[in-house]
Amino acid sequence: MGEKKLLRGSHIIAEAAVRAGCRFYFGYPITPQNELTEYMSGALASVPGGVFIQSESELAAINMVIGVSMTGKRVMTSSSSPGISLKQEGISYLAGQELPAVIVNTMRGGPGLGNIAPSQGDYFQATRGGGHGDYRTIVLAPGSGQELADFTRLAFDYADKYRIPVMILGDGMMGQMMEPVEFPDPIDLDSLPHKSWVLDGAKGRESRIIKSLILDTAAMEEHNWKLYRKHEIIEREITHVETFMIEDAYMAIVAYGTASRIAKGAVKKVREMGLKVGLIMPKTLWPFPKKFFLEAGSFITDFLVFEMSTGQMVEDVELALRGRRRVHFYGRPGGVVPTPEEIAKAVTTIYYREQIDRRD
Amino acid sequence: MKKVFGRPKSMKAAEFHYCPGCGHSIIHRLIAEVIDELGIQEKIIGVPPAGCAVLAYNYFDVDMGEAPHGRGAAVATGIKRSLPDRIVFSYQGDGDIAAIGTAETIHAANRGELITTIFVNNGVYGMTGGQMAPTTLVGQDSTTTPGGRRLERDGFPIDLSEMLAIAHGSVYIERTSVHSPKHIIHTKKAIKKAFKTQIEGLGFSLVEILSPCPTNWKMSPIKANEFINSTIIKNFPLKVIKDEVGKL
Amino acid sequence: MLIKTIFSGFGGQGVLMIGYVMAVSAMREGMNVTYLPAYGAEVRGGTANCTVSISDEEIASPVASSPDYVVAFNKPSLVKYEGHIKPGGTLLVNSDLVDLEPVRDDIEIFRIPAITMAKELGNEKSMNMIMLGAYSAKIKIISIDSLMNGLVEVVKAKNASRMEINRKGLEIGEQYVLKGA
Repeated sequence: MGEKKLLRGSHIIAEAAVRAGCRFYFGYPITPQNELTEYMSGALASVPGGVFIQSESELAAINMVIGVSMTGKRVMTSSSSPGISLKQEGISYLAGQELPAVIVNTMRGGPGLGNIAPSQGDYFQATRGGGHGDYRTIVLAPGSGQELADFTRLAFDYADKYRIPVMILGDGMMGQMMEPVEFPDPIDLDSLPHKSWVLDGAKGRESRIIKSLILDTAAMEEHNWKLYRKHEIIEREITHVETFMIEDAYMAIVAYGTASRIAKGAVKKVREMGLKVGLIMPKTLWPFPKKFFLEAGSFITDFLVFEMSTGQMVEDVELALRGRRRVHFYGRPGGVVPTPEEIAKAVTTIYYREQIDRRD
Repeated sequence: MKKVFGRPKSMKAAEFHYCPGCGHSIIHRLIAEVIDELGIQEKIIGVPPAGCAVLAYNYFDVDMGEAPHGRGAAVATGIKRSLPDRIVFSYQGDGDIAAIGTAETIHAANRGELITTIFVNNGVYGMTGGQMAPTTLVGQDSTTTPGGRRLERDGFPIDLSEMLAIAHGSVYIERTSVHSPKHIIHTKKAIKKAFKTQIEGLGFSLVEILSPCPTNWKMSPIKANEFINSTIIKNFPLKVIKDEVGKL
Repeated sequence: MLIKTIFSGFGGQGVLMIGYVMAVSAMREGMNVTYLPAYGAEVRGGTANCTVSISDEEIASPVASSPDYVVAFNKPSLVKYEGHIKPGGTLLVNSDLVDLEPVRDDIEIFRIPAITMAKELGNEKSMNMIMLGAYSAKIKIISIDSLMNGLVEVVKAKNASRMEINRKGLEIGEQYVLKGA
């Protein structure tokens, strides 16, 4: 670990990617994440073997990612909501071809052109695969400058380990905000695990094919089940959730990313009023920490899901709790960033209305 | 007995799925022969398209990585930028390269990517069953231009190779055909020159090959070849469209 | 302790820079900080602003919908943010560029003729340093020395005479407020 630096979120991801051994970046300008692309243009020009291309479109960028990934090198692209929609075709191919890659989505308001303010409206798109076909991508949801750095390193490791595209799901706030960060030391590229499947010219070995086309239905079915089994392993191995003051809580806010830090402020405020409220922060959105919610549901009676959308993760919380506990929702879509006070008010309203601490 | 003809080393011992009289089989073989002759089987990586040649990886005995429809130039760019000392080619049909993949192709050419593109122009979407391609001739029948392509509705066939020649990063672009033995022999020379252009690091190279599709043109193979000779080459003239190889 | 401040003015006045210097200096003093610049369409047309949050605890939201402090370098900034300041909060105005009178009576207001003062100092550009000095005199948690260290880190400058002018700017800004102008 080095010394603390004050950097904006987009720069933190970029620097962490280079330190994680990413030498290839392809991207197309879109607000609010241009600083990431700009940083990579400079950073990759100053490391040996670094390649940066400002591509002609998001489509081209994700397909350049596919090309590099086929050769086994660590590669990243980034965009914001409308651009991520364009990349979804390529992400589906990455999933089908079992190619590792890191994709950053700095979410903004939508649908359509929407606006450039922070939003969490792409949760469904990110956690359900996003493109066509039966697949998932790992989705990491950092909530601070330090987590941006740490999760970026993890994203590359997970992508390689499971041969799967990994999405870092941030928003305009996470991308633009500056916060102190300590970076891990750069990795030694030679220390990365050998990849036995890459395309590099069939020298002294049989030629290889990387493809997702499987016309035979039985073989395609088995490929789908193979991906499914992989997803199950991932779910077992990397599901991650953090909590704040839930030990004695009757009620918990559930939030990720920017919303989770606002929610933490709200929890502190209502705790001052004596309300027994905690916070659950899923850090992997896929795999979603389903098991954790079942356990938390043994003592928490009410869950308030707070999202900067009209309600998407709330469905995963409901699915995880299987109707056993009350799930409430508070949302501010469209790029509105509510204050901790506003969330605290939503919490207290429900808390008193439901007489949460008077039930056994 | 002396062996005078055999399967190129860079081809797998597989039977083509292509229709009788289809140009893909010939073009595959020409590419494989060139790979053998240049001795690059162990350092070449191919990018097959979506379209009839989607299964090209079953025939070439070289590393192959599938691209989404139209994105061959972008995938090839990624591979080549990662492995600059390897030879990278994309194999693309007219719909793949000149409709859905136009942007990727023009920008790869304009950046002067050191890749080679084999552009197979048969004027029709073969795999999907014979719809109008960007290169379908005015008046030519297809399943989406019953009665023939109409200018006022469908616009002109696109001269993609000529457009690519304008791009500053392209170095060698030629249009050839495989409708006769003479033209087949010449096409092989063009493919070889295109690969050499890449090997010498000169810039983007592309060979557009007019190719028969008897099935979707609803002609016999002989008629299809005659159609190329009598009609298609009048619309897509066979020529070196750009050659700066000697000048660089 | 949680202090939220909006620095706002024209692009080129060094507004984002002093916010950044403040954030870096506070970070070096071991405090939690966030720095949120306005971006996109909001910064087109020549205005610039940033929000700096400083706390001894984890910072929840980096946004300041009701800031404790507003440092307004120009008239549009005053118009935009005066109404948002928390009751009991503080407004520091560059009075050389703001001919409008603030209307709030539930906040503390400082009118600082920063351009006049900067001219007297011999460098009009140090106007932002004067404003920063005045601000730091109010929040009291960051010393001039700390700000100078932050400034050196941010601008990576070693030019001694230039740095001396910056220090003087900070000092006269601080003095102006301390003397209860």
